[in-house]
Amino acid sequence: MSNRDINNLLTELKARYLEDIKIIGEEAQAALLVEPHCLPDILGFLKTNELYQFNMLRNLTAVDYLEYIEVVYHLYSLPFRQAITVKTRCGMEDLQVPSATTIWPSANFQEREVYDLLGVRFTGHPDLRRILLRDEFDGHPLRKTYHTDNAGEKEVKSLC
Amino acid sequence: MLKTETFTLNMGPQHPSTHGVLQVVLELDGETVVQAIPNMGYLHRGIEKLAESRTYAQFIPYTDRLDYVSSMGNNLGYCQTVEKIMGIKVPERAEYLRIIMTELNRIASHLIFMGSLAIDLGASTGMMFGFRSRERILDLFDMACGARQTYTYIRFGGVSADIPAEFIPALERFLTDFPAMLDEYHRLLTGNEILYHRLKNTGVISAQRAVEIGLTGPALRASGVDYDIRKVEPYGIYDRFDFSVPLGQVGDCWDRYTIRMEEMKQSADIVTQALNEMPEGTVMASVPKVVKPPAGEVYHSIENPRGELGYYIVSNGGTNPYRLHVRRPSFINLQVLNEACQGLLIGDVVAILATLDSLMGEVDC
Repeated sequence: MSNRDINNLLTELKARYLEDIKIIGEEAQAALLVEPHCLPDILGFLKTNELYQFNMLRNLTAVDYLEYIEVVYHLYSLPFRQAITVKTRCGMEDLQVPSATTIWPSANFQEREVYDLLGVRFTGHPDLRRILLRDEFDGHPLRKTYHTDNAGEKEVKSLC
Repeated sequence: MLKTETFTLNMGPQHPSTHGVLQVVLELDGETVVQAIPNMGYLHRGIEKLAESRTYAQFIPYTDRLDYVSSMGNNLGYCQTVEKIMGIKVPERAEYLRIIMTELNRIASHLIFMGSLAIDLGASTGMMFGFRSRERILDLFDMACGARQTYTYIRFGGVSADIPAEFIPALERFLTDFPAMLDEYHRLLTGNEILYHRLKNTGVISAQRAVEIGLTGPALRASGVDYDIRKVEPYGIYDRFDFSVPLGQVGDCWDRYTIRMEEMKQSADIVTQALNEMPEGTVMASVPKVVKPPAGEVYHSIENPRGELGYYIVSNGGTNPYRLHVRRPSFINLQVLNEACQGLLIGDVVAILATLDSLMGEVDC
């Protein structure tokens, strides 16, 4: 896939989704910022479209920018050896993003990790619970407002 | 009428076959596996959170502790990510040293895989042999950087020090001995009928499913998918070497085993080529004392022994990363465990866990 093809894809998507999509990188750094409500649509399109076939979800993570949390999807097309980044943002008052597990089952653990450490709820996820921290853990440590010094263990009572 | 019901068995977190503190909750119908749910987090250290309060250079030693049997690869992936965002050019000699070290580390890691697979299936001699040969590689690393496991050898702009004079003769001796060692393992394990029947057609994962579930590394290539980052997106100077990427056909435990055995041979070839072509010169570019990458973000991945190791760094122009995420292949590969084990016996779970070769230091991060 050439750089022109990938730019064509970006313009095609822009024409279809208009205000819901923003092109934030081109060519080798192709990147899209999309509204959460049309995320499953766009991810599904990128995966199944014959011309592009982004059939691999390489990486899924999220970043806390204080006013909002940005969920980042790094996709890769095995047949065409091309990468693309898709991002979506959700405000702190409503941390919800549609789950990508129906499109890529590989999103399962990664979404659980994002939920565990940043508190983003992925709607439609089959088994959204903590994965690295214990179930009764309070808070989401990768938030910028979470300080490690207030994570003190509860006082351990001596047994003897 | 006999009433039967399934029961739950906890395998781990303290179990010799789970390769660290992994718990697998098995739902069993007699001895047949109905579900195998991995439960992780026992080794979680919050490395991604720690990164945000460390400078870029201070984070290198933490990468050693991710996949602690292939630390060179972890160093390399992280340093290349920072170099990419800062636009640092690495001297030729350092590039070659990096290739030599990471490929040796791949052999060392696969030897551990071979050894632990053997002992998991009851062949303790296999483990002794694997660890014996790995010792030779650890001695080489010891010469180069003074550490046997946590190297921090690869740094921003190059490597921490040039190799000492005794390194190259020792490496050449190892490369001469290695084909015979590999032959011995093939005679000991590959030709073993019990091992063959335990692994063949066990835990089959189709190519399509392997991609969907996010497998990478030897586990993905065993299913026949040609995805090796050294080939598809060559990083460093991998495009200069002549090597092949072994692929499997069935995607069973046997393929995952034979592929890693073949990869060791290819890695030894790459090391030989690198050794012959390595130029003289400096091993460190001039890098600012305080590393402050420009604001922006980058995702960079390399082919580690267990799969695609990716680093996603968001910089705000400061001395510490704003956000650092590590895409750990072991973590994502573990997702396939449940479906690969269904309908098989408990003994097969051990074989599948061993051939997926997940390492808990990396899973829990």
